[in-house]
Amino acid sequence: MPLLEIDNLSVTFQTAGGLFTAVDRISLHIEPSEIVSIVGESGSGKSVAVLALMGLLPWTATVTADVLRFDGQDLTTITKPELRKIIGCQMAMIFQEPMTSLNPCFTVGFQLTETLKIHLGMNRAEQKRRAIELLELVGIPEPEKRLSAFPHQLSGGMNQRVMIAIAISCNPRLLIADEPTTALDVTIQAQILDLLLKLQKEKGMSLVLITHDMGVVAETAERVFVQYAGQQVEQQPVKGLFARPHHPYTQALLNSLPERSNSRILPSIAGIVPGQFDKPQGCLFSPRCHYATDLCREKPPTAGPVEFGNALCHYPLADGVPTNYPQEVRA
Amino acid sequence: MFVYFLRKLIVILPTFFGVTLVAFVFIRTLPGDPVMLMAGERGMSPERHAELMAEMGFDKPIIVQYGLYLKQLAGGDFGTSIITKQPVLKEFATLFPATIELSICAMIIAIFFGLPAGMIAATRRGSVFDHTVMTSALTGYSMPIFWWGLLLIIFFSGILGWTPVSGRVSLLYYFETVTGFMLIDSFLSGQEGAFISAMSHLILPSIVLGTIPLAVIARQTRSAMLEVLSEDYVRTARAKGLGPMRVIGVHALRNAMIPVITVIGLQVGVLFAGAILTETIFSWPGIGKWMVDSIFRRDYPAVQGGLLLIAAIVMIVNLVVDLLYGLINPQIRHTD
Amino acid sequence: MTEIALQEVVDNRPTGFRAVLAEFWSYFSENRGAVAGLVFFVGVILVAVFADFIAPHGPNHQYRDALLQPPFWQDGGSIKFPLGTDAIGRDMLSRLIHGAQYSLFIGCIVVSISLVAGIIFGLLAGFFRGRIDTFIMRIMDIVLAFPSLLLALVLVAILGPSLINAMIAIAIVQQPHYVRLTRAAVMTEMTKDYVTAARVIGIRSLRLMFVTILPNCMAPLIVQAALSFSSAILDAAALGFLGMGAQPPTPEWGTMLAEAREFILRAWWVVTFPGVAILTTVLAINMMGDGLRDALDPKLKRS
Repeated sequence: MPLLEIDNLSVTFQTAGGLFTAVDRISLHIEPSEIVSIVGESGSGKSVAVLALMGLLPWTATVTADVLRFDGQDLTTITKPELRKIIGCQMAMIFQEPMTSLNPCFTVGFQLTETLKIHLGMNRAEQKRRAIELLELVGIPEPEKRLSAFPHQLSGGMNQRVMIAIAISCNPRLLIADEPTTALDVTIQAQILDLLLKLQKEKGMSLVLITHDMGVVAETAERVFVQYAGQQVEQQPVKGLFARPHHPYTQALLNSLPERSNSRILPSIAGIVPGQFDKPQGCLFSPRCHYATDLCREKPPTAGPVEFGNALCHYPLADGVPTNYPQEVRA
Repeated sequence: MFVYFLRKLIVILPTFFGVTLVAFVFIRTLPGDPVMLMAGERGMSPERHAELMAEMGFDKPIIVQYGLYLKQLAGGDFGTSIITKQPVLKEFATLFPATIELSICAMIIAIFFGLPAGMIAATRRGSVFDHTVMTSALTGYSMPIFWWGLLLIIFFSGILGWTPVSGRVSLLYYFETVTGFMLIDSFLSGQEGAFISAMSHLILPSIVLGTIPLAVIARQTRSAMLEVLSEDYVRTARAKGLGPMRVIGVHALRNAMIPVITVIGLQVGVLFAGAILTETIFSWPGIGKWMVDSIFRRDYPAVQGGLLLIAAIVMIVNLVVDLLYGLINPQIRHTD
Repeated sequence: MTEIALQEVVDNRPTGFRAVLAEFWSYFSENRGAVAGLVFFVGVILVAVFADFIAPHGPNHQYRDALLQPPFWQDGGSIKFPLGTDAIGRDMLSRLIHGAQYSLFIGCIVVSISLVAGIIFGLLAGFFRGRIDTFIMRIMDIVLAFPSLLLALVLVAILGPSLINAMIAIAIVQQPHYVRLTRAAVMTEMTKDYVTAARVIGIRSLRLMFVTILPNCMAPLIVQAALSFSSAILDAAALGFLGMGAQPPTPEWGTMLAEAREFILRAWWVVTFPGVAILTTVLAINMMGDGLRDALDPKLKRS
C-alpha cells in the first residue's frame, strides 16, 4: 500500500484579480522508504502542492482532490485537530529559508522540544535527552550548549540542521524537504543533502525532495515528477528521465544543465512561467516550446501513456524526437 | 545587556541637559522682569528688587546663572511656588500619586482591551469583528478626549446618576494619606464604602484617559500580528502540528509584542498630555491640573519645575521601556 | 528542425504621471473608508469656503430672546435655530459652520510650517550627517522629551494666548516628526545608485538635495502631513478648550466647548455639537490618511 496517495489535487487562490489556479490536477503516489523528487522552475506550484497536503495554506486557498490519503487515512475529510496529530509527527516538513523559518524569539532547545512534548508527551528530562540526541544525529557539535542558543547566533547551515532535527524528532514516516539547500552555500548544500539521505536510509522514511536543481535530482531521487505552471508534465524513474525525457520542457531543463551542454553557449529556456494574467489558451508550455504548433496553442493536451511518462504533450518525445509530429511543420 | 543599557543612558544624558536648558530659558523668555516673575511680589521697592536680583543671581553672566541653576537642581531644589510658598518638588510629590493612579488604571484598561482586540482582529482579518474593531479604534484615535469626558459626565453622572462628576473620593470619607493612591488608602482605612467611592470616582477619568492609548495599542497589535502571521517561522510552528492557540499565543505573540511594547512606552508621553485635559475636566487633583492651574496663576517657578520633572519622568519611563524591549528581543540582548 | 520565433511580448501598460495618478487612485479607492473620509473632508472644505452663504445667521449675532434654545426637534426648539442656541443666544449651526474655517485654517498653517521646517532640517541632517546631524537630532530629541500638549501649553504661556500663537506652538511641537521622517528617508535614498550617479555628473549639493533626492522621500511625508493635519486640529481645539488657544467670541470648536462647559448638565446641545464637529472632521482626515498610507507606502503595498 502506498504511504501517500494524491489524485487530482488542485489549489486555487482567491486574489484581487480573480481566481488563480496554482496547482492543477496533480497526482502523486509514494511508497514507504522511497525518495521522490518534484522539479520545476520557481512559480510552478511545487511548494503550494505540499503545503496544501499539510493543510498550511492561508484561507484564501481552496484545495480539492479526488484522493488525498496518508497511511490509509483520508485527509480530505479529516478534522483539523486530527490532522495536527499527523503533521509534525508522522509527516514532517523542512523549508527553504532556514534563517527565517526558526522563531527568532525562542531558543533552539525550546523549538526542538516543543514537538516532543506535544506529540510524544515526554517529560522535561526525556525531552532534553532526546533533543541532545537529535542534535548529535544531525551533526551539530556541542549539542548541549546549542540548546540555549538563539537562531540568529547560528549559521544558515546550522539552522537548517536544527530544522531537520525538529522534523525528524518524532521519527516521521514521510519527510518533505522544500528546496532545503537553495538558500545555502554550495559547500553546505552537499552536506545537508548527504545528511538527508543518511537519515532517510537509517530511519527508513519516505523523502519528497522539492527542488529546481536537476543536479540535486540526479544525485538523490529514485522517481521524478516534473511540474510546470501548476501542472504535472511528466513522471519517470530518474534514469529514464535523464536518458529519454518525454516532455519538451524536461528536455529543455536537461539541456540547460552545464555538464550536459556541448555547445559554446549554454542553452536556456526563453521566457518565464506564465502567471495569473498571461495563461495561454492551449498547452501552458507552448509559448516557450520549440516544437509548438497551432494545435498546441489552441488545445490543452492530455496526459500521455505510461510508456511516455504520462507526458502532458500533444507530441511526446521519443528519443529526443516528437512523435506524431505534423509533416508540413517539420518540412 | 549592560552595555546596551549604558549606551541608552549615554544617549539620554545630553537630552536631559537640553531639557534643563529649556526649563532654564523658559523663565528668561517670558515677557516681563524675571525677578518680578520669580518672586511674585507686587510693588516692591528698587532696593528690594536689587537685593532679590543678587539673591537669585540674575545679575551674573547667563552661563554662570545656568551653572547655578544646575547646582540647585543637583541639590534637589526645583524652585519655590509663588502662590503656596512651598517647594515645587514637595507639591509635585504630593500630587503625583493621583496622576500615577489615574494613568495606571487608564493603561490597564487600554492594554486589557486593546491587546486582545488587535490580536483577534488580526487573526480574523476582513471579518465583521475586524472591521468593527478597526473603525472603533480609528474613532477613538480621533477623539477629542476633553469632549469625550464631558459626554460621559452628561450620560453617566447627569442622566444615569451612577458616577460622581469630579474629585477622587466622596467628602463623606476622611482617612490618612498613606501611599497617596486613593484606591489603596481607602481600602486600608477600612471605612465601609470608601473603596467603592474611590473606585466610582476613578472609573470615568480612566476610561477617558485610556481611550487614545487603547486605540493605538489595538491598531498596532493588529498590524504587528498581521506582519508576524505571514512570517516563515509561524508556518514552521503550524507545520509542527501545534494548535492555533499555541501558534498565535506563543510563537506569533512573542514576536508581535516587540513593536507593541515600544508603542506602549511611547504612550506615556501621550498619557501625560491627556492627563492635562482629563484632570481639568474631572477636577482630578493631579500633576496635569496643577500645571494648567500654575500657568493660569502665573506661578512660573512651579511651571518651570513641573516641566522639568515631567520631562525627566517621561525620559526615565522611555529608558525602562527600552530595557524591556531589550529583554524581550533576544537579538538585542546578545549584541554586546 | 526549424526554429519557431517566440512571440514578442510587448509591455503596453501606460506610463507617465497620469498613469502614476491612476495607479494611486486605484489603490486609494480600494479602501472605502478612505474615500468616505475624502468625500466628507471635501464637504467640510466647501462648508468653510461658503460659510457666509450657508450659515443662516451671523456667528456672533446674539438673539437675546432665544437663550439656550434646544434643537428644533425638541420641545421649545424652532426651525429658526436648527441646532439650538448657546447661553447668549447665538445660533449653534452658524457658529459651527464658521468654526470649520478656523479648523481648516489651523490645519493648513500648522502643517505648512512644520512640513517646510521639518523637511529643511531633515534634509540637512540626512544629507550632511556628522555634527550638523547630531546637533539637529539632539534638539529634536529634546522637543520630543516633553509631552506635546504640555510643551504647547508652556509655549503659549510664553507667547501669550491667541490662535496664532497656539498654531506656532503646535507647529513647533509637531515638526520633529517630519525631521525624523525626512532624515530617515534621505539616508535610505543617499545609498542608492541614482544619487551616486548624480554626484558623478557633478550636480550641486542644493540641487541634489531638493531636486534629486527630496521627491523620492515624499511618500511618508504626505502620509505624516495628513495625520498631523488632524492632530493639529485636535491640539488647537484642546488649547482652545483650556483657554490657551482662540479667544472668545471666536467660533472655534474647542473654544465653543470651553464656553459651554458650565451648561453640560442643563443644555446637552451646546456641548455635544462642537465635539461632534471636531470628531467627525478629525476622523475623516484620519481615514483619508490611512488610505493614503496604504496607497503610497510601498512596504505595505500588496501585490
